[in-house]
Amino acid sequence: MGNAILVVAEHDNSQLKGATLNTLQAAVELKAQGAGAIELLIAGQGSNAVVEQAAALPDVDRVLVADADNLAHQLPEEVSSLVVNLLEGGDYGYLLAPATTNGKNLAPRVAALMDVAQVSDITEVVSADTFIRPIYAGNALAKVQSHDALKVVTVRTTAFAAVAETGGAAEATNLDAPAALGVSSFVGEELSVSERPELTSARIIISGGRGMQSGDNFPLLEAVADKVGAAVGASRAAVDSGFVSNDMQVGQTGKIVAPDLYIAVGISGAIQHLAGMKDSKVIVAINNDEEAPIFNVADFGLVADLFEALPELEKELS
Amino acid sequence: MKVLVAIKRVVDANVKVRVKADNSAVELANIKMAINPFCEIAIEEAIRLKEKGHASEVLVVSIGPDTCQEQLRTALALGADRALQIKTEDSPEPLAIAKLLKAVVDQEQPGLVILGKQSIDGDNNQTGQMLAALANMPQGTFASNVEIEGDSLQVTREIDGGLQKVSLKMPAVVTTDLRLNEPRYASLPNIMKAKRKPLETQTPEDLGIDISPRQTVLEVTTPPERAAGVKVGSVSELVEKLKNEAGVL
Repeated sequence: MGNAILVVAEHDNSQLKGATLNTLQAAVELKAQGAGAIELLIAGQGSNAVVEQAAALPDVDRVLVADADNLAHQLPEEVSSLVVNLLEGGDYGYLLAPATTNGKNLAPRVAALMDVAQVSDITEVVSADTFIRPIYAGNALAKVQSHDALKVVTVRTTAFAAVAETGGAAEATNLDAPAALGVSSFVGEELSVSERPELTSARIIISGGRGMQSGDNFPLLEAVADKVGAAVGASRAAVDSGFVSNDMQVGQTGKIVAPDLYIAVGISGAIQHLAGMKDSKVIVAINNDEEAPIFNVADFGLVADLFEALPELEKELS
Repeated sequence: MKVLVAIKRVVDANVKVRVKADNSAVELANIKMAINPFCEIAIEEAIRLKEKGHASEVLVVSIGPDTCQEQLRTALALGADRALQIKTEDSPEPLAIAKLLKAVVDQEQPGLVILGKQSIDGDNNQTGQMLAALANMPQGTFASNVEIEGDSLQVTREIDGGLQKVSLKMPAVVTTDLRLNEPRYASLPNIMKAKRKPLETQTPEDLGIDISPRQTVLEVTTPPERAAGVKVGSVSELVEKLKNEAGVL
């Protein structure tokens, strides 16, 4: 078995997503530990713009492109059959994917088809076969050694810096896509449209919890967010109560974020929320309950009524 | 149609776990255990499908030592018809679990398999996808809504950017996300009745599956604690500190 690294790109057919850049950083670290060339797979349809962006990445040795109707929505049944074809060629010692909902959907399917285990959500590359990954919602860290010849790994994107985006000129190779399996089909999607940055790549995030009382009060957070170019997130309590949509959830089972500044408003600080944001550089908590556990992890705590504090904060930042 | 639900016994979600002093694992002795929350949602969904007339039988399976019979009995009390324990010494890796479940799928021929999207101990998020691959079934992961229409399954999935709807040909695998349903509680009469429901035990050898591990956990450590910072007295003091002290504004 070869030792090259196959990285599955995260993209939407028009843009390469930032998660790819963080995943590539893990690949770069594996290469430094003796792994082979880094090859980036773009499975999609009409993804020329993505291929161009991918070819410009200096750390990518080769771009592999599979363009077909049945890959348009990157359904895991179709993409896994493509990836397995590639891996069965025997050139690869690693398959890396970002630990996004796409990556998490695809990677285990590929691993099982290749009869290898998977190391999920790594936060550190220790050596060519050993990784650190959080378990128990980040309350413990496991150092895991993989004994499979092919290592399937998903990468926690917030734990790795993004690689450089320009300066490279990798060659792009077109692949034949396998025939459609036709067991699954895409029906539709409702994607949240926002002018604000994405949660997983934002430098500043302001999140609201149960204390917001209603989705109607989230514009108070949005007003602050827009003053500083922040993304808006929410706790599981706020999402479960129907205040806002699921894609805004920060936590163990939502998005894992690590911005420079995280402002938690009306969030008590359940373990499952802390698991999603405790690696933020600076944490601010605004809560009227001074006993709230969120204050135990906050660098700056403000005990105040959020309905007074938020408009004031917006004014201070103007 | 038969529905197969796989469940896991894990540390109760409200327990704050501690790492053992020898850094070999997390301390599990004398700790409250429960059905993994995502697996509870899977049981609930299967029972609802039966109540709506889509499912004829709900079979619940768990893999582990005899202690996991407690969680299987709870699932029976919630409304599952039959339980199967696959007896192992400790908890095998997700790939081995998926192989065991594949063997159960071959025996039982369910039209639908529902699992939690991840267990809150290992946080692997692998088993459902691996089972789908091995059983050659399509997968609807991170589901927030499931509808049966003839021989196809319409699954709404929670994805990073919002929601995605896919149509899957059955038999299929579904993994649950938080908002799929709100699990019920078991009533006392049903807990009593569950004691008489069938609970069968098999072993990996019975099923002809090799469950030897592919990974070694070399060490388990406690992540660095974040120290609590300071309380500020006003919004203007907060902004001043963020600008001048922390330099993040």
